Amino acid sequence: MIVADKKPIEEIIDSIKDFSKILILGCNECVTVCEAGGKKEVGILASALRMYFLNQGQEVKIDENTLERQCDHEYLDEILDEVDQYDAIVSLACGVGVQFSAEKYTTTPILPGVNTTFLGATEERGLWTERCQACGSCVLATTGGICPISRCAKRVMNGPCGGSSNGACEINKEVICAWQLIIERLKALDKMDTYETLTPIKDWSTDRAGGPRKVIREDVQQ
Amino acid sequence: MRLSYPSNIKIIRVPCTGKVDILHVLRAFEKGADGVYAVGCLEGDCHFNSGNFRARKRIEQAQALLEAIGVGGERVQMYNLSSSEAPRFVEIAVEMDARIRELGPNPIKLAGKKAA
Amino acid sequence: MKTNTPSKLEKVLAAGHLAVTSECGPPRGSDPKEISEKAELIKDYVDAVNITDNQTSVTRMCSLAACIRLKLMGLEPVLQMVTRDRNRIALQSDILGAASFDINNILCLSGDHQSFGDCAQGQNVHDLDSMQLLQTVRHMRDEGKFLGGDDIKRPPQMFAGAAANPFADPFEIRVPRLAKKIAAGAEFIQTQCIYNLDRFEEWMKQVVDRGLHEKVAILAGMTPMKNVGMARYMKNRVPGMDVPDEVIKRLADTPKEKQAQEGIDICVEAIERLKAVEGVRGFHVMAIEWEEKVPEIVERTGLYPRPQVD
Repeated sequence: MIVADKKPIEEIIDSIKDFSKILILGCNECVTVCEAGGKKEVGILASALRMYFLNQGQEVKIDENTLERQCDHEYLDEILDEVDQYDAIVSLACGVGVQFSAEKYTTTPILPGVNTTFLGATEERGLWTERCQACGSCVLATTGGICPISRCAKRVMNGPCGGSSNGACEINKEVICAWQLIIERLKALDKMDTYETLTPIKDWSTDRAGGPRKVIREDVQQ
Repeated sequence: MRLSYPSNIKIIRVPCTGKVDILHVLRAFEKGADGVYAVGCLEGDCHFNSGNFRARKRIEQAQALLEAIGVGGERVQMYNLSSSEAPRFVEIAVEMDARIRELGPNPIKLAGKKAA
Repeated sequence: MKTNTPSKLEKVLAAGHLAVTSECGPPRGSDPKEISEKAELIKDYVDAVNITDNQTSVTRMCSLAACIRLKLMGLEPVLQMVTRDRNRIALQSDILGAASFDINNILCLSGDHQSFGDCAQGQNVHDLDSMQLLQTVRHMRDEGKFLGGDDIKRPPQMFAGAAANPFADPFEIRVPRLAKKIAAGAEFIQTQCIYNLDRFEEWMKQVVDRGLHEKVAILAGMTPMKNVGMARYMKNRVPGMDVPDEVIKRLADTPKEKQAQEGIDICVEAIERLKAVEGVRGFHVMAIEWEEKVPEIVERTGLYPRPQVD
């Protein structure tokens, strides 16, 4: 899923301080699972903002809503008629949702309420870690199912680098060396003989380097 | 024992402090409460194992948020005691009452009155 | 002896001599004197001098400019190049720039992570990794082509090198990783600083058992300790460094004012011992900010005068 982290409330306050009718808009998908932008977080943020502005003597109306998804037209359409009554919307969806909302609600400022951080997994409640950088050309088949692009600080394709020490990355002892994991995994799969095969220079044109990406599936298009 | 405690404290019963949510705390302040405290079982004695630890974390989260928006984090507290400690219950109530009196009324309530 | 490039380092090795290289870090400013003064100190005692490329991710004068200075002074530079800061366009372009000054040696590295340096908020590139940079150098030289496939007019003539850490983790791949670098095109190797001679010799034995020593010239990395504090720092703080307790004890037991000399003695003794190890083809003496000690180390180990080759 897409993992996001809450923005500090001070930053959100600063971005909306000049508006008087604000909608806090959550998303029921990834940001709900990572507890950054679901219905619950919308409630907390809205309550805190109401108190803040009241305390400042500023009359600000703060409403709450949470859509099924902010990355699909049909769900954004649900509140299309209500959007005009707000001066601004704080979207607690990922960067995709914020942008898609902005494209849909063309004359309303849409402000991000979370920092979109990575594509990752829930290791345990309150701990989410990165697993994928969406490079557009998956190499996991040759790396024992562990991604050196998202999990190595230098995205070394023929690793490890010289900074691997006791299984940890040179940037921080808490960070596991991705290549240590790859090698352990190759051993477990009895594939260590493939370690010495050089991974060729990567085509990064499918990564962000190639510009905004698109997936077109004519077979499912209507 | 028929002990008495400050009459301005309104008790809201929950099956376990683990039920207490940050939203409950925030709503209480929005509605004008001057302070909120959660009274859980002693740490290690939770019938549901970790309810009171969860409550503590949520109370801490509420403290940070209330501090950030200028209401004051000290208005929210977490206490632990066992069900047989009535004198301690009273002590805590008196302590909390004194703390809130010192802090003064919830600024939201004042601002709300002014606005009205 | 057949050589592939005009590199003096390659010629020294091909002639069967034990090679001696050293390194200089460029200054944190634009004054060229710092680099030329360091070079003057060591020029008669080494076959080639590495110029580091923004080592530990601290911004410095560029390696290429400093290499050009050495070349103009008549020294043999080894251009260190990290993949952290440049994409494949810049890497190839800098290789050609170096080649235009007939800089004939390159050491391909990934580079320390930028979080260690003065630009921790910076982006890193890592378009290629160090092995792929080796492949790139060899492709440009041997095929005379850019990565994109076009012909290079006057291709670079570079002796290609890589770093190796005999003590690196995970231990299972210490030797396979060297084999992989050789497969990628490494012709010489400069190792991490060696203090644990027993473990280095074990590694060399495995290298020799696989016949890798015949495919690549291994230069043993040597860094004299200035004092016991430096030894402890290397042991505890530098990833992948193996400093045995005996070395620390030996320095700790030496009076403070004599520790520097003891550090040099330890280094000299190590070189003497490793000279006899099969597969060791020379020494890379990295006297960090202590270049003036290189002549003493080279002289005392009988590696002076340096051979004349053409």
